[in-house]
Amino acid sequence: MTLLSTPITEETIRSLRVGDEVALTGIVFTGRDAIHKYLHEGGALPPGVSLKGGVIYHCGPVVIKDASGAWKVVAAGPTTSTREEPYQWQIIRDHGVRGVIGKGGMGPKTQQACKEYGCVYLHAVGGAAQVLAECVQKVRDVYFLEKFGSPEAIWELEVVKFPAVVTIDAHGRSLHEEVFKASASALSRHVQPVAH
Amino acid sequence: MHSLLESLIEIIRRTSAEIPDDVHQAILKSLENEKKGTIAASALNIIERNIELAKRKSQPICQDTGSVLFYVDAPIGLDQVAFEETAREAVKQATKKGYLRQNSVDSLTGKNDGTNCGPGAPTLHFHQHRGSELRVRLVLKGGGCENVGAQYSLPDEGLGANRDLDGCRRVILDAVLQAQGKGCGPGILGVCIGGDRATGFEWSKTQFLRRLEDVNPVPELAALEQEIVKTANDLGIGPMGFGGSTTLLGCKICAVNRVPASYFVSVSYMCWAYRRQGATLDADGRIAGWLY
Repeated sequence: MTLLSTPITEETIRSLRVGDEVALTGIVFTGRDAIHKYLHEGGALPPGVSLKGGVIYHCGPVVIKDASGAWKVVAAGPTTSTREEPYQWQIIRDHGVRGVIGKGGMGPKTQQACKEYGCVYLHAVGGAAQVLAECVQKVRDVYFLEKFGSPEAIWELEVVKFPAVVTIDAHGRSLHEEVFKASASALSRHVQPVAH
Repeated sequence: MHSLLESLIEIIRRTSAEIPDDVHQAILKSLENEKKGTIAASALNIIERNIELAKRKSQPICQDTGSVLFYVDAPIGLDQVAFEETAREAVKQATKKGYLRQNSVDSLTGKNDGTNCGPGAPTLHFHQHRGSELRVRLVLKGGGCENVGAQYSLPDEGLGANRDLDGCRRVILDAVLQAQGKGCGPGILGVCIGGDRATGFEWSKTQFLRRLEDVNPVPELAALEQEIVKTANDLGIGPMGFGGSTTLLGCKICAVNRVPASYFVSVSYMCWAYRRQGATLDADGRIAGWLY
């Protein structure tokens, strides 16, 4: 288990390899479909938000206000990342993002951007909303809540020992690509070849 | 039926926070099958902790509390309009309590009014029967697994799938391959052979109401279900697509009639966070017993 804390340096990122388990402590910003499209189309980050050396978390948490009026995250697992594939590479490049947390993996554009600019894709366990919400110590702020609605807003979260696995590293490797190829080859042994 | 609202909220709470026992047993078994020390085993351990934590805290297993699908088996004479109004109110209140995420978006404007109610949301399927029992079952189906569902029109030349059971097997396995870990595997498939494009998917989802350990009464389908699970688990996709020996926890298949020109195989994928619960209700709408 490798301990990471934000902000993360490029050197640290480049020391990580596919298959490494990490525990992340520090600040993560949630961002999913609406934010990625918005940034891709040239939208500006709200004042106070910087992704430099930072981590984006593909997540639409369940957040409620407790009795004292403070935000409380009650469920916070990752959402499917491939939907951000058209946009992610550009956001990594333009904003100096060092880590992207999500689930299901991403495609070749993100893989290339990770290699080129020094970033990793961190796979959290999809559906594990409670275990991951327990890692959220505090909601520091929320941005674009009105504009995009709660799941799509940018939530600035303080996390402690958030567990994830490196599945795309900064050296051009992707576990997703490797498992896909191996499973496709395994499947070909179970079905008779197609006659053409 | 003055207790109906309260009962529906409780069904929503329990569905969102507690995994049904048949699925939990299957997950525990898969944990035994994964090699210790692998990232697949590590993922399953987190899943197991999550199941326990969600139940104890009475909070959603997964933050994507999904499409809200009610299946209501009702005696003749049930006021369906009143039932639906109460169900919508239950969904609104369950959302305020945090059992459901604010999860329903206007497809044109992108606005989320935070109620989980709108055109097509929630979805209610009513079935009348001649008995006296009122049964309400609920499936909360997350978007990640819904997105990896697939519908095939046979013959499919690229996959070598003809209009027979082997063709069905080929396309179902293709759906597993394409899904990889994106639907939050280990998953469970609900499959319908036949129907039209709409009813095919609808029937495929009703397969999620079946218990994982049940045996299909149609022998050919029972055999196909077993074969799909066995082959899928040989592909090495594993939990979350990390690699490993558990890709599917189950596969449930039904066959319905089709028109001669069409032969659809509709595959719905359910994530490990399989949220399905149900209850029988008494004449006052109180929960008389749980179905799973």
